[in-house]
Amino acid sequence: MDSALALHRFQFAFTVTFHYIFPQLTMGLALLILILKTIALRTGDELYHDSARFWAKIFAINFAMGVVTGIPMEFQFGTNWARFSRAAGGVIGQTLAMEGVFSFFLESTFLGLFLFGEKRLTPRGHWFSAFLVFLGSWLSGFLIIATDAWMQHPTGYRLGPNNEILLDSFWGLLFNSWVGWQFVHNMLGAVVTASFVMAAIGAFYLLSGKHLAYGKAFLRLSVPVACISTILMLFPTGDGQGKNIALSQPVTLAAMEGLFNTREGAPLVILGQPDMEKARLDNPLEVPRMLSFLTYRRWKAQVRGLDVFPKQDWPDNVPLLYYSYHIMVGLGTIFIGVTLLASWKLWRGRLFSSKGMLWVILALGPFPYIANTAGWMTAELGRQPWLIYGLMRTRDGTSHQVSAGNTLFTLIGFMGIYAILILLFLLLVYREVDHGPRHEPPVTP
Amino acid sequence: MEVIWFWLVAVMIVMYVVFDGFDLGAGIIHPCIARTEAEKRQVLRSIGPVWDGNEVWLLAAGGTLYFAFPALYASAFSGFYLPLMIVLWLLMARGISIEFRNHIDSPVWKPIWDSLFSVSSTLLAVFFGAALGNVVRGVPIDMNGYFFEPLWTDFRLGKESGILDWYTVLVGLASLLTLTTHGALWVAVKTDGDLQFRSRRMAEITWWGVVGSTLVLTLVTFQVQPHIPDRLKQEPWGMIFPVIALTGLAGVRWYLHKKEDTRSFLSSCLYILGMLTSSVFGLYPYVLPSNSDSSLSLTLYNAAAPAYGLRVGLVWWFIGIFLVSVYFIYTYRSFAGKVQTEESGGY
Repeated sequence: MDSALALHRFQFAFTVTFHYIFPQLTMGLALLILILKTIALRTGDELYHDSARFWAKIFAINFAMGVVTGIPMEFQFGTNWARFSRAAGGVIGQTLAMEGVFSFFLESTFLGLFLFGEKRLTPRGHWFSAFLVFLGSWLSGFLIIATDAWMQHPTGYRLGPNNEILLDSFWGLLFNSWVGWQFVHNMLGAVVTASFVMAAIGAFYLLSGKHLAYGKAFLRLSVPVACISTILMLFPTGDGQGKNIALSQPVTLAAMEGLFNTREGAPLVILGQPDMEKARLDNPLEVPRMLSFLTYRRWKAQVRGLDVFPKQDWPDNVPLLYYSYHIMVGLGTIFIGVTLLASWKLWRGRLFSSKGMLWVILALGPFPYIANTAGWMTAELGRQPWLIYGLMRTRDGTSHQVSAGNTLFTLIGFMGIYAILILLFLLLVYREVDHGPRHEPPVTP
Repeated sequence: MEVIWFWLVAVMIVMYVVFDGFDLGAGIIHPCIARTEAEKRQVLRSIGPVWDGNEVWLLAAGGTLYFAFPALYASAFSGFYLPLMIVLWLLMARGISIEFRNHIDSPVWKPIWDSLFSVSSTLLAVFFGAALGNVVRGVPIDMNGYFFEPLWTDFRLGKESGILDWYTVLVGLASLLTLTTHGALWVAVKTDGDLQFRSRRMAEITWWGVVGSTLVLTLVTFQVQPHIPDRLKQEPWGMIFPVIALTGLAGVRWYLHKKEDTRSFLSSCLYILGMLTSSVFGLYPYVLPSNSDSSLSLTLYNAAAPAYGLRVGLVWWFIGIFLVSVYFIYTYRSFAGKVQTEESGGY
């Protein structure tokens, strides 16, 4: 791969991965804050109003980071992927422009009201501003997923006389058959992140012996939400996505599952390292025939391996794809186990006194970020070598007149700025968590 | 269809400059007019609840440009690679400095963000102006519709142009003066006492700069881009746009004199509207002229997306912008009035 292509790819991957750290918490937390506000309105319990205000402070810091790291993303399609943009802009430009016109305006204007307008609004009005922030952020998620789904599985288009891509159906674009599972899977992933973070903070307070009433409230809400969402991530949404991949990107399925050779009754690999030279997995730990069953619901079904696809159509980094996928599934499985146990303890009234469990919840707090990142890496590495699946290869989509030197300069710039930003983010969030929720009237701007 | 979208994208860019322009202006004047901690907080509070929504106009305009004129989006963003990246970093710095400044009460923490706020706002005003200058002056587009300009070459106009040359720097300075005035007028509307007095005074001084730069720039631009005066000769109704600009400019001075800050600010909005629409009208049908071979220029016709997408876009765009107007009116009314001076959390 020439260095300019590698740098364009790496810069986009780096900036989008860093950016997505923040929207996943924003989208999940917007839902949890809405639930807190709903409980507060229904019960009139000040504890829930205070909890909502506490989480709003963390939400504000996180949202600001999401905004500033998100701006480069919209422009990077043009700066580094000009040939792709020229070809596909008429299609995906629609979803990206809609994101700006609908979601971003909605989130940004009502966030201001949510954070600083509590005094000026009625309690219902304030609840409604929280609802609109939630709606705006989830709409954003939908439109980005629609964009990615089109790149993974292009629909709603036809080819013109010079093979140019022409948008043919607006609804076909928005309701691509991939969008359903991909959207729900992605949003649940965000809910997992937010619920794990809230649970971790709740556990932190109980273990530190302070803000106990709040800690318990956070755990009571987040643990069941975490449990439900992690299970749904596996089934039906993860399974649904897997089926789409099997149908439309069979070479990707083979690569992510480490299936080098076509097999009837193909096994599901739990562990094992892909050796690309020898075309096999080292020290595999497998569940016999499970992959055939999961993919086709028949134990003896034939699953195609990498061997039947031309090498030029293989994802260009099979091991990284394989590991991303297995990290995601591995973590997801651990999450299900832990949250089931925690939910059971909560139901039996034993969670708050269970130090071991609280420590596990605290330690697991950051891991959904890794799982979500691994999931996106699976999707995007799996799409390779295509930029638009079946239509345009990644190497044909770059800005060919932007040299490797310029791209390296901007990549280093981003890495430096983001290193500073993540330290600031952690510092400011830590201070809020350390200060804790308190009973006080709403802030004025 | 293409003509409609040409003007709609222009409207979105005007909205961005009018709204985020005063956020940038507030940042530019912040170190001069805000002397005490309380005053610094007041200036920040005057833009605090609205700056993010204002900035969204840039993203909405960029996204709309992407789907309506994908060839222009691809060509311009890759051709202007480095300055666009620098603009992105400056936008990040500006946003973070507003949001994080008041989180820690420390004489070490706050001045860092205050400096970053004003430096990033100032540079953004200059860069945005230079960007407009580049579009007006034209760029070396090749046969495939792409180009790449280094940050600077020899600061002269010619075949080997750089992003920054004497002309684009001049436009950048004009932009700086315009947004400084615009921001000062907004702060005058939102504050009282010393802060209001100093903002008004600042606007009175910089207004002269705006007058001077408007005159000089108009004359110079007619030389640099002869297509513009040609357009005015061909379609004289286009004079309405510069007339709007001049009315706005006069209005700023008139209402400042009468101490009617809101009307003065609205006149500034009118000036910006007039100047930008004059440029757009003057460049038509070019969206990105070539500075060597005019047959290689990008026009609204050769850069536009196909008709189906443009038609479909009209439906959701109008719905979206209607909703946006509702949100904006609601938010600005909710936060109307002078900024309070008492200390509190948040901004």
